[in-house]
Amino acid sequence: MNFVTPNGFNLDDSGRRMVVDPVTRIEGHMRCEVNLDSNNVIRNAVSSGTMWRGLEIILKGRDPRDAWAFCERICGVCTGTHALASVRTVENALGIKIPNNANIIRNLMQATLYAHDHLVHFYHLHALDWVDVVSALKADPKATSALAQSISPWPNSSPGYFTDVQAKLQRFVASGQLGPFMNGYWGNPAYLLPPEANLMAVAHYLEALDFQREIVKIHTVFGGKNPHPNWLVGGMACAINLDAPMAAGAPVNMVQLNLVSDIIDRTIKFIDEVYIPDLTAIASFYKGWDFGGGLAGKNILSYGEFPSKANDYSNNSLLMPRGAIINGNLNEIHDVDLTDPDQVQEFVDHSWYSYPDEAKGLHPWLGITEPNFVLGEKTIGTKTNIKQLDESAKYSFIKAARWRGMAMEVGPLSRFTLGYAKGMAEFKDPVDKLLTDLKLPVAALFTTLGRTAARGLEASWAAHQMRSFFNQLMANLAAGDTATANTDMWEPSTWPADAKGVGFAEAPRGALGHWIHIKDTKIELYQAVVPTTWNGSPRDPAGAVGAFEAALLNTPLADANQPLEILRTLHSFDPCLACSTHVIAPDGGELISVKVR
Amino acid sequence: MTQIIILGVGNILWADEGFGVRAVEALHARYELPGNVRLIDGGTQGLTLLPIIEDADVLVILDAVDYGLEPGSLHLVDDDAVPYCLTAKKMSLHQTSMLDVLGLARLNGRLPERMRLVGVQPLNLENYGASMTPPVKAQIDEAVAETIKFLAECGVEARLRQPDEHPDPLGPLSVSLEAYEAGCFA
Repeated sequence: MNFVTPNGFNLDDSGRRMVVDPVTRIEGHMRCEVNLDSNNVIRNAVSSGTMWRGLEIILKGRDPRDAWAFCERICGVCTGTHALASVRTVENALGIKIPNNANIIRNLMQATLYAHDHLVHFYHLHALDWVDVVSALKADPKATSALAQSISPWPNSSPGYFTDVQAKLQRFVASGQLGPFMNGYWGNPAYLLPPEANLMAVAHYLEALDFQREIVKIHTVFGGKNPHPNWLVGGMACAINLDAPMAAGAPVNMVQLNLVSDIIDRTIKFIDEVYIPDLTAIASFYKGWDFGGGLAGKNILSYGEFPSKANDYSNNSLLMPRGAIINGNLNEIHDVDLTDPDQVQEFVDHSWYSYPDEAKGLHPWLGITEPNFVLGEKTIGTKTNIKQLDESAKYSFIKAARWRGMAMEVGPLSRFTLGYAKGMAEFKDPVDKLLTDLKLPVAALFTTLGRTAARGLEASWAAHQMRSFFNQLMANLAAGDTATANTDMWEPSTWPADAKGVGFAEAPRGALGHWIHIKDTKIELYQAVVPTTWNGSPRDPAGAVGAFEAALLNTPLADANQPLEILRTLHSFDPCLACSTHVIAPDGGELISVKVR
Repeated sequence: MTQIIILGVGNILWADEGFGVRAVEALHARYELPGNVRLIDGGTQGLTLLPIIEDADVLVILDAVDYGLEPGSLHLVDDDAVPYCLTAKKMSLHQTSMLDVLGLARLNGRLPERMRLVGVQPLNLENYGASMTPPVKAQIDEAVAETIKFLAECGVEARLRQPDEHPDPLGPLSVSLEAYEAGCFA
């Protein structure tokens, strides 16, 4: 069957089907199926969340002040950002105002998460989609040194340094226990870097591994506990007293703040002198590989993030703008209102849930989470062993999130595109510089590589914002303002009997919204629409495809037995996937089964 | 001084997946340990656990691991066999990240000198929103006892707390086992 979706994508499911069974680590298992034509080009893509997570049901009846502690367990990567969205939701519902310092510290923690998450994503998940680790063994350390020194002043760049890294890698590979490098598609023709660029990237993979452990110390200073920081409705749980002694449970003191300041400086340096030059170098070899765009540059959404003024979540206050762009018209930016019942809606006619009327979407405040795991007629396999999904029926535990009825892409590229369209220099200038350096047009942004590049530029933006937030905090403290929490409305007796709220955040991987209804001091309804709900959404009643499905279309595979390009595009969305891949032959027999990340 | 880390991993929202974290909570509630022993609720964290593991000389991991045994069986594994055991038959996703983290510590040449996995055979990892199943929950005491025994082998003396002693909880009380189960719908 061959047809054009309402959002303009041509689908053809006549070719042979390939099943990629990736599994997101936390937000639920994920799986993807594609149809390939005779040239191994993807002509149909089906993305499915195969595990139900009923957070909404776990929270019903609980104390709204506790919701964050449950929400941060949704995801092992975005721990803090779920907690942040949750406390904002409850504050919004109850009209609780937070002190300036709490707003600044939250911004600092969120920016820290961006820097950490983007860095770890690039080096420890996504780089292996571009970098052939085994090829690095063939590199000439002297030439690697020359390459590294030509692109960055970063000091670890001598021939001896790269010789040592190569020897370390050699020992690791020779041991036969490849750990994180196990089951890579090493040697696949879709890898385009010369051995020297591969060796440089492997060296920085190891350095980033060491450096990321430093960044998260900021979360420990302000959140108290590691690896699950404390959050608080009404502010932040950390008291600050510059002269306090160092002790468990004692207020944050000057020694700790100096540590934070030092880590910020090193974060900026690492991102600007290692991450960005690596990104640019890698992109220069892949710039002809311009696949994976999908909804990018067409239909994009951001809720906005980083309020510069405490308690002001309007676009005037948000450092990262809120808005939507539709049909690729970058000259018009639409307002986004999360309380408007006609804007954010979720549909379930292709999802394993029931609504009374599945032709319609529901705003999260009216949200229903009632699982209904049924398979379509054309499914191959059984409920416990699905071999092939039937995308004409229900096929995912992810609901189809839509904005004014349209599928949208969320994430760093959407945020940067919005900032670019608004002409904001802090977003436009670095994008233009990167495009000029690579001699690429703006359209090159709307690809898998563009998504990866935007994440890197955003990491740099976030690292510099960390410095700005820290300086604001120090200025406030110097002026004698040490308040970090407002407990005026801590007692439920001060709350209205019935309250609704919405809290949002831009998680590293995209727009995150939590909607709450509090009744008689307990949670009556809680709905979370996470970034993967947007990007990984199944089809809607009109047949429009979501961001993952759209992005995979028309991508050729260099080797039909190794879905490297599929993973490259899916990983560019940062869905924290750990994947089990099963490649199915035309007759349905299993050709190869490999586990990938 | 020898740094000893007791690390409970798993997702407390997913039935038996919560075993590791709950076992560490129980250990903390019942025993006081010397300053060189740290109890960590690792949840489903990945790379953020790397520094914790690399700083350890001795590492105890408490986790639900599928060895194809009777549900609730306790299984102890040491040193080099620990990563092997985590690969053998994966049932839970955080084991992938745990395995990667151990692999990265090895790549860095910073694996703990001694490792012990105290694993339980899970019955149900799919029931989102539920607590542990009875056979798994029943093994918490045994897992705590095994950990204390292993610590004694490492020369660590644990002090049994008084019944009226209430140490600062490891995490927020709202997600403690008692509070979690009181509000459990599944």
